Amino acid sequence: MSEQAYIDIVGVTKRFAGGVKAVDNANLGIKRGEFFSLLGPSGCGKTTLLRMIAGFEFPSEGEIRIDGQNVEGVAANYRPTNMVFQSYAIFPHLNVRDNVAYGLRKDRLSRSELNKRVDEALNMVKLQGFGARQSSQLSGGQRQRVALARALIKRPKVLLLDEPLSALDKKLREEMQFELRQLQQNVGITFVFVTHDQEEALSLSDRVAVMFSGKILQVAGARQLYESPSSRAVADFIGSINFFPGVVKGIEGQEIVVEAEGLGLLRAPIAAGTGGASFKPGSAILVAIRPEKLSLSVEPPPGNAITVKGTVLTSAYLGDRSHYHVRIPGREAPVAVSGTQSARSLDVLHAHGTDIYLSVSGSSVILLPPD
Amino acid sequence: MSSERKAAARQRRGVWALGAFAILYLVFLYLPVLFLPLFSFNDSRFIAFPLQGFTLAWYEEMLADDAMLNALGNSLQVGISVAILSTILGLLGAKAVTRYAMPGKEAITAFIMLPLFIPEIILGISILILWSALDFPLSLMTVAMGHTLICVPFAMAVLTSRLDGFDQSLEEASLDLGENAWMTFWRVTFPLVMPGIASSLLLTFIVSFDEFLIAFFLSGTEPTLPVFMWSELRFPSKLPRMLALGALILLASCVLVVFAEWLRRRGVSDAERGGGYGIT
Amino acid sequence: MTATTSSDVRAPTHRFGALSRLLQRSEAAQGYALLSPVMIIMFAVLAAPLVLLALYSLWTQVGFTVDRTFTLDRYADAFTRDTYRELFLRTLWVSSLVTITTVLIAYPVAYYVVFHVKRNKFVWLVLLTIPFWTSYLLRIFAWKIVLGYGGVINASLMRVGIIDAPLEFLLYNPTAVVITLAHAYATFAILPIYVSLEKIDRSLLEAAADLGDGPWRRFWRITLPLSMPGVIAAAVVIFVPTTGDYVTPALLGGPKGVMIANMIQLQFGKINDWPMGAALAMSSIAMVAIITVFFVWALRYATGRIR
Repeated sequence: MSEQAYIDIVGVTKRFAGGVKAVDNANLGIKRGEFFSLLGPSGCGKTTLLRMIAGFEFPSEGEIRIDGQNVEGVAANYRPTNMVFQSYAIFPHLNVRDNVAYGLRKDRLSRSELNKRVDEALNMVKLQGFGARQSSQLSGGQRQRVALARALIKRPKVLLLDEPLSALDKKLREEMQFELRQLQQNVGITFVFVTHDQEEALSLSDRVAVMFSGKILQVAGARQLYESPSSRAVADFIGSINFFPGVVKGIEGQEIVVEAEGLGLLRAPIAAGTGGASFKPGSAILVAIRPEKLSLSVEPPPGNAITVKGTVLTSAYLGDRSHYHVRIPGREAPVAVSGTQSARSLDVLHAHGTDIYLSVSGSSVILLPPD
Repeated sequence: MSSERKAAARQRRGVWALGAFAILYLVFLYLPVLFLPLFSFNDSRFIAFPLQGFTLAWYEEMLADDAMLNALGNSLQVGISVAILSTILGLLGAKAVTRYAMPGKEAITAFIMLPLFIPEIILGISILILWSALDFPLSLMTVAMGHTLICVPFAMAVLTSRLDGFDQSLEEASLDLGENAWMTFWRVTFPLVMPGIASSLLLTFIVSFDEFLIAFFLSGTEPTLPVFMWSELRFPSKLPRMLALGALILLASCVLVVFAEWLRRRGVSDAERGGGYGIT
Repeated sequence: MTATTSSDVRAPTHRFGALSRLLQRSEAAQGYALLSPVMIIMFAVLAAPLVLLALYSLWTQVGFTVDRTFTLDRYADAFTRDTYRELFLRTLWVSSLVTITTVLIAYPVAYYVVFHVKRNKFVWLVLLTIPFWTSYLLRIFAWKIVLGYGGVINASLMRVGIIDAPLEFLLYNPTAVVITLAHAYATFAILPIYVSLEKIDRSLLEAAADLGDGPWRRFWRITLPLSMPGVIAAAVVIFVPTTGDYVTPALLGGPKGVMIANMIQLQFGKINDWPMGAALAMSSIAMVAIITVFFVWALRYATGRIR
């Protein structure tokens, strides 16, 4: 792919028995030192792709290059990658120290050198003094740290992480996310991280590949994925969003005019178009608006924002923000709106049945190709 | 209120009756067998109450019986080779069944378990026919092959349950950390499966050591211990020393079984602790 | 950073030959390779002998040689001669009786251990397992000591003068065979039933109670149907081998307690008519298979009707 890619995935397809394509013609370049995530719902092929990089599965078609060399037929134990397994795979018959030292046995280090390396690795994951613990005595978070230390002690060029945080509770997970990011910055190696948790992927990664039924839909940074998703599927999977099917009416200067369900005629900058949406008059287009880009007001808002009248169906108070469902004429599905509570509010702002104005600035809408 | 209390009391009586029944069942299970050691110390050639006093004479007589010792040696020889062979076969089979997706797996497993569902006499005579058709002389080896047939299902069952609780990513982790397939087997698989292997060895040994009917058809001129005992049971004068022998065999199998069971359970709980996601 | 001489991937790709690559890629091939030693043994000592047995049953014994023209005469004999027919019927009758008594006795014990033993469960389990592994021959032999003419019961009763002659009904008849077999196969029944009871999710029973069922109804509608696989397994594991039991009838059955296995052994031993023995063996396999399948189906059907 690109010149500086460290891992190149070129046209990789993986077929399992029965002809199911777990990974379908994937193309990807992962740079050296990057924190890269594979994000998608379970069964989308992200773990299979990771396991092909690790050498536990082999592509049915296409090739994987690591550091420019095709790794076809190279077994896992000869690749410069190490893995943190979803189950952690801590050897139950070994204590923490022996688990961490496992991969160094082959290197025939002196005892003092070995001890030094193990201590370093344990320090790195904040498990000093845990060396003699039996693996059965470890908590979930500690097991995860052991798995990390055991992989990092091999000084891999790439660390592969298969949903390493999914078994942890929420609080611990957030803590570990922060630590993982720090760890990656400290050791400076490439992390390839598999997750189904979009927040986790967006907050940790330099770049994210969104996968859906075996295909890579979009590879981009967090901001771009959220603000300029390239397809309906990506927009839908990342965050919540309202879709309004519409038709292009024409282009006027730097703006395109669209007629959309429930919104009527609206104008949006050409830059709002993404994913190769066609602006030819008469072609179908999908107007997508994130709930927090919409605002509610009792009086019609000043200025030239896109504005429609509607009625509040439900409202939910969530502390830092409130969620509303608003019914607008000409559209069956209610519109989801998320408003922040910037000022302290003790009263119900918009109760059920309130008539309100719904508005959004033209530059906040996303114009997508229809499906 | 009182009807509820009555119902509770009735239920308690029911549980008590069940418990009593279970105890009686244990008595039924063990009492006849316990007569063997009891009368083996009885100072009389007749097996009858009241007891006549304590003696070790029958044990001495038994130990002086060369034919018996010879049969014992034969049984040990057969039992040990059968245990090793069927455990190796069972280990390979269990690994295939638990680890690899392949068409026809259920049919193959059913076929391997089949000997447990065929009366031993049928197995005995059909194998006898095979060897005679091939003009192959009967020997301890033919006995051992017959025993392997009925021991492999046991070995497979023990080892399959052991390997089932085994997290495959442990082996992958080892490969990932740079070890090759052999070293992975030696450093990870073997130590974790060891308790299962040990209990499989013990159980298959016991099955072979105790087996009578197949050996009866296939042993030729070299009897195993059960075949020897069978031929001796006809002579009343030899009954007391058979009692002594039986008592010793019972004792030995009990010890081995308890040990094997302990190993197996310990192994299972190890696998549960280590193989799961271990969140505390 | 394109490929350089100092690539991070150290392994030369030619480490893997075409064969090992095939093995590495095809799971099924690896699985079959691991299974092949077992399968070779199984075919050699199970499948081939059974085929030979079937062939033998179609041949004829002439003096010391075997006439290899196919004939169904042996089967005709097996089904028409009174001796054989009586043996078959007795065998099926004794085995059925043993199966039913054993399961009926074992079920409450397994139930007790699963639901009411709290602390010493492991001890109970080991106590129930040990007889499974102790010498079958010795357990049968123990009953001979208990029931025999000079055995514990008779000799003791005679010595204290309650009876003058041995009680004949204790030994050498089908009853003695049933008692002894029920004892010998006891643990075969306990273990499968125990496992199936243990697997029942307790919250199902709580749900049934919550919906208004009393203890008996709960047992009948929840516990019994869910433990039925264990009962069926126990019944099969007892019925099939007892139909081929040789030791017990020979030791305790007397002439009136002889079963089909003893006749098969005679054909292969003293009588030396292997084809006849093979035909008897094949017929008994067929009969047992048919009865077992029917029995399993009937039990499943009956449980399926419980609502």
